[in-house]
Amino acid sequence: MDAFLLRITLIIYVAATAGYLVHMITLRKDAERVSFLVLLAGTVLHAGAIAMRWVAIGHPPFTGMGETLSFLALALSANFLLFQYGHKVKNLGAFVSPVITLITVAAVSLQSGAVAPLPPVLRSLWLPFHAAICLLSYAILTLSFLISLMYLLQERQIKKKRLGAIFKRLPSLETLDIMAERCLKIGFPLLTLGIITGSIWAEKAWGAYWSWDPKETWSLITWFLYAALLHQRLTVGWRGRRSAYMTIIGYLTLVFTFLGVTYLLPGAHSYVAGTK
Amino acid sequence: MSQARNRQEIVLLGVNHRTAPVEVRERLALRELDRPALEMFAGLDACEEVVFLSTCNRVEVIASCRDGRRCARQIMDAWLSASGLQDEGVESCLYRYENSEAVRHIFRVAASLDSMIVGEPQILGQLKDAYREASEKKSSGQILNRLFHKAFSVAKRIRTETRIASQAVSISYAAVELARKIFGDLSGKKALLVGAGEMAELAAQHLKTHGVRDLMVANRTLERAVQLSQELGGKALSLDELDSALIEADIVISSTGAPGIVIPADLVRSIMRPRRHRLLFFIDIAVPRDIDPAVNDIENVYLYDIDELKEVVEENKAERQKEAKKAERMVEEEVIKFTRWLESLDIVPIIQRLQEKAEQVRQKELQKTLKRLPNLSDKERAAIEKLTKSLSGKLLHDPIIYLKKGIDSEDRDQALAAVCRIFGIDDNRDGS
Repeated sequence: MDAFLLRITLIIYVAATAGYLVHMITLRKDAERVSFLVLLAGTVLHAGAIAMRWVAIGHPPFTGMGETLSFLALALSANFLLFQYGHKVKNLGAFVSPVITLITVAAVSLQSGAVAPLPPVLRSLWLPFHAAICLLSYAILTLSFLISLMYLLQERQIKKKRLGAIFKRLPSLETLDIMAERCLKIGFPLLTLGIITGSIWAEKAWGAYWSWDPKETWSLITWFLYAALLHQRLTVGWRGRRSAYMTIIGYLTLVFTFLGVTYLLPGAHSYVAGTK
Repeated sequence: MSQARNRQEIVLLGVNHRTAPVEVRERLALRELDRPALEMFAGLDACEEVVFLSTCNRVEVIASCRDGRRCARQIMDAWLSASGLQDEGVESCLYRYENSEAVRHIFRVAASLDSMIVGEPQILGQLKDAYREASEKKSSGQILNRLFHKAFSVAKRIRTETRIASQAVSISYAAVELARKIFGDLSGKKALLVGAGEMAELAAQHLKTHGVRDLMVANRTLERAVQLSQELGGKALSLDELDSALIEADIVISSTGAPGIVIPADLVRSIMRPRRHRLLFFIDIAVPRDIDPAVNDIENVYLYDIDELKEVVEENKAERQKEAKKAERMVEEEVIKFTRWLESLDIVPIIQRLQEKAEQVRQKELQKTLKRLPNLSDKERAAIEKLTKSLSGKLLHDPIIYLKKGIDSEDRDQALAAVCRIFGIDDNRDGS
């Protein structure tokens, strides 16, 4: 049942994406309003699907890559909606909704119907805490990544004096810069908290807070990158292009930590791949 | 009297920037007349209602009348003789529109589709002024009132539903648009004028209307800086203070008459750290240029010179032309609606007469019958009264519907005459 709901959610996400793209191309305001409502409906349904899975498998659904990605897509969508509700960033939807859709596609294809018994190491209250906080920070940092991409795109238009269709459709540089910073300021503390809760959980499960497994090492690298970026922003006043590039580098490292390490580098965290 | 003469018509005569040179337009504006031009036209016996529009790009007379040809002739004669242009052969400069063509023209003028710069907003205000004058002097009536109110609402609709006026078509406005794409909200931003040229002043005024509060003016001669900064409400500086001003400013407009570079790239590079890498937007409208083009290569700094702004303006103009096509379609819809209303006007008196006649017949027959039946109760009388009313009402229902909706515009005169003959009513459609 929850798998079926997730598939319906995916269809709704595809519709919202199409709507946002229509809005981007035609600039029709009603397309944007409708897309927002469609995405909202999809998000509510998605939350329902995850709740049902929780009930069905009897523990918080954070144990396989499919479940993890599903929660990530939900967090991204919910955060985007909240964000648009507060401070509207023109055409951000056309950038975010395809990402939500793609993650959901991956979630649908990776989430298996059969539920394996939970390994003892995952039977801890710290699991849902650690995973949810990490995924929430990933979602918010995804937003800052996309906003930084928009910044670089718009920056290029203005610098190269190409004031065409893209220029007209993207928000102003300063708006994008402020919004990216806002996301960093929320996403980074959550990332920090995610690493701390992970470390506590590691102590409970393996008896050591930190064991330099590849996942932990890469998390630390990611954390340092974001810390450096925020530090430079707040002290020296880094902003604009350089900050946007750093945000993107930080995010790519984050993606590697999340996916690359799981699939490429063996270690204690590799159970997240589900099959291993 | 021919039937055509009974219909309401609209006539428009005029010249604009395309048809007549400025000397002719000036003369036709009739500014040196001893009484207002509007009064003169309103006094013509063929004109029922008149509005007189005079702007720097166009002069037009719009009138409603019963006989378009005669009215146009009278207007033309009066106009040419009052302006002293009778023998100058300017008649070929004048355009003349009637009815739906006149309606279309006024709608297009109001929507700024007929302007020299398509989409420029002033014309609507000028049209409103012309209409206000006419309505104050009571030279406009039922028809022109409706025509102008429709023109205003069409213009408003076009402005909101198309992007005809959404893009900057002047250099100073293009600069403001760019600033808004860099900074978003301009309130709280600081602008610095280097040099005190006229175009810089214009751009500064645009910036102020878009929320820029703080303004600094730096000039070679401090006197002129003080003068301009007082006009614009800002702070005056000398050119020596440029470095510190650049640290504070967000938008810099440069327009000095200096022969060489006034703001070198090294200077800008050196101030970026003290200004904490805040975005900086340079607008160079001086010829020769004041700002080193290499400034544009510095991170978080954007430089546009006058040629680049001109290019933006040209592109925007092309875009406007495209939007204008959409607007023309909207005008066309409204012209059809208005023309239909105009044509329905001569039907109203016929319908009235039809109803009057029916009522007279009904009253007469009712009195006759009631006299013969003196012993009826009040209730019975009321029932008979009701019967007669519903009889006459139902009989007239279909003819009235036919008059309102069923007549083809081509043979409407014959159709109306036929209706009048069938019911034996007067076919004088001017209502008098």
